[in-house]
Amino acid sequence: MSELSYRQALHDTLREEMLRDESVFLIGEEIGVFEGSYKITAGLLAEFGPRRVRDTPICEEGFVGAAIGAAMLGLRPVVEIMTINFSLLAIDQIVNHAAKIHAMFGGQVSVPMVIRTPGGGGQQLGASHSQNIEVYYAHAPGLKVVTPATPADAKGLLRAAIRDDDPVLFVENLSLYNTKGEVPDETGRIEIGKAAVAKEGRDITVVAYSRAAVIALDVARRLEAEGISVEVIDLRSLRPLDRETVCASVRKTSRAVVLEDDWLSFGVGAEIAATIQEGAFDYLDAPVRRVAAAEVPLPYAKPLENAALPNADALIKVIREILDDTRYQR
Amino acid sequence: MADIIMPRLSDTMEEGTIARWLKQPGDQVSRGEVIAEIDTDKATMDLEAYEDGVLERILVGEGSTAPIGQAIASLAGPGGTPAPAATVAQAPASAPAPAVSAPSAAPENPAASLGTSDRPVAPTSSPLSSPLARSLARRHGLEIANIVGSGPGGRIVRADVEAAIGDGRAAVAAMATPGPLATPSSGAERAGDDVEIVPLGNLRRRTAERLSISAQVPHFSLTSVVDAERLVAFRGEVNRGLDDSTKKISVTDLLVKACATVLRGNPEINSSWDGDKLLRYRRINIGLAVAVPDGLAVPVVHDADRKSVREISAESRALAERARQGKLSLNDIGGGTFTISNLGMFGIDQFTAVLNPPQAAILAVGAARSEPIVRDGAVVAGTTMKLTLSVDHRVLDGATAATFLAELCATLENPLRIVV
Repeated sequence: MSELSYRQALHDTLREEMLRDESVFLIGEEIGVFEGSYKITAGLLAEFGPRRVRDTPICEEGFVGAAIGAAMLGLRPVVEIMTINFSLLAIDQIVNHAAKIHAMFGGQVSVPMVIRTPGGGGQQLGASHSQNIEVYYAHAPGLKVVTPATPADAKGLLRAAIRDDDPVLFVENLSLYNTKGEVPDETGRIEIGKAAVAKEGRDITVVAYSRAAVIALDVARRLEAEGISVEVIDLRSLRPLDRETVCASVRKTSRAVVLEDDWLSFGVGAEIAATIQEGAFDYLDAPVRRVAAAEVPLPYAKPLENAALPNADALIKVIREILDDTRYQR
Repeated sequence: MADIIMPRLSDTMEEGTIARWLKQPGDQVSRGEVIAEIDTDKATMDLEAYEDGVLERILVGEGSTAPIGQAIASLAGPGGTPAPAATVAQAPASAPAPAVSAPSAAPENPAASLGTSDRPVAPTSSPLSSPLARSLARRHGLEIANIVGSGPGGRIVRADVEAAIGDGRAAVAAMATPGPLATPSSGAERAGDDVEIVPLGNLRRRTAERLSISAQVPHFSLTSVVDAERLVAFRGEVNRGLDDSTKKISVTDLLVKACATVLRGNPEINSSWDGDKLLRYRRINIGLAVAVPDGLAVPVVHDADRKSVREISAESRALAERARQGKLSLNDIGGGTFTISNLGMFGIDQFTAVLNPPQAAILAVGAARSEPIVRDGAVVAGTTMKLTLSVDHRVLDGATAATFLAELCATLENPLRIVV
């Protein structure tokens, strides 16, 4: 066990996987000479050389397509798209090609590719650079979409993603890069599609992922001091989605709220709410609630940006409302 | 820190509803000080603090209901620092309730607020229950329609079902309620322009529950016609010269005394069924059914056999007044052994009263009317009054009840027996 930042965990895992497997290579904008916009690939060009750390022009569709081709021919590309916002330029390659090739060619080829990309607002990067659009990809069969919230999960899931034979969208979050946490030293993988019970609790289930899972855990600890026992489910993977862990939790607590950084309508919370009513309907004592981003292009102005993003206070307010509505007693 | 629990404030109370908190979190309270008003099935009672301290948290908000023994607030020791009272349960009515008819979560103006899904609002026209409440009720064989909800818009939540399981009340009510009435959707289907939905008050609900229990008791009723001429004349004589109309005695006052006197000689009537035994009451405490705005109250004249008619009259008057104001005390309503329901003042000739459990008998009194009667072989103008005694057949048989009713009639026809 050692304490690492989320950033360091990603860096270390990339390096370990590159050392372990010659077929693993990195490709993306400014990842080599500049060592990455967020310095995840720091030092890797120097260590592994330009053949395995490929700087590209600003052409997302082109380099994602190149990575798909490389993956089909046996390499294991790890693509960095500078932010998830720019993935939209490559969405045809991702959704129409990477996700479908295995099925459309009768299973003859796979696309063992990872696309690492950070999302998230709160950095005053403006509306077009602050999005949480992972749900666009989680909607598409054939892709896997993982969303680690902790350094340990960043490591375990990235390792699993690189070794997975399907295309994996690996969603990071700008506000998590500097967060620290204990990371196991052993080279274990985290099973993709398995949610974590980040904290056990009795009274209410909070379902979250990525940055929201960190907030949820913080809220759970704060409410614990009041005697309110919050269970936090960190989805970790949006596709495949671990519906059973979510439903099992709600069957225990009878109350649920989803905290999500994406927009409310058609968001991850909508899918979770549907999952809960399908799998735990008879256990619900109150409607499933959602706390999500305001349905606006994220404002640049700091006070407005803060107001538009879900936060701990908003989650606490909704938790209290649900508890009140169900006559919760300590 | 100590929990303040819902106390037992009457002998039939199963739960209480917080009518009002007189203290708020952070307030100092001293022993004996009234901190809340609690609606029980019978009356609104004051809740006094049992010790000094600071009211730390309110756990059951105004309008919410808690079973006996459940913590409703917590008290920190004197001078203790109260915790932030953020989880105070709100009464359902105070929930911030945007009026939407469908569970649409999309705000009209999405830019206006954080993208939090709306707190769903229950339409008030249908009885609502959470899926958990329904499945829990099903597992325990309870009829969900007989459980009163405390969630938003009256939604029945787990806590309500658990309370019902705890006191077995809904099970009894489920048996007592005929099927069609129990259909939860019936109200919703009929709600509309033609039907107004009237939410149940605590007293109305309790009245309904008690009478539903009563309806399960095997019972019969007996009617006698009393020649009331002398009774009416006697009352007139007693009241003659009384300028103060508030001191005049009523027919009911005389009936209370008459019943008490006859019950003394027929103690088997003054009793009740108790599962595997009978309870025969040594005291004679006569309840008087009084109509109050939201239901029925039955204040009790205790030891009526040992009180004068004048005392009974004054006491009944005061009790009826307190009943109408909802100010009956525990002592006012507890311990009844026999009940009189008089609808004579409404011009009713005769009716059958529903038993007031656990009492074995209740007397229904009709109006005193001028009627042709046969006296000494001749039809003459007289005054009659019809008395109907309803009886718990588990406790009493026809002959015993008939003997009591005959003696009561004889007493009323010779009113001096009432007072001597």
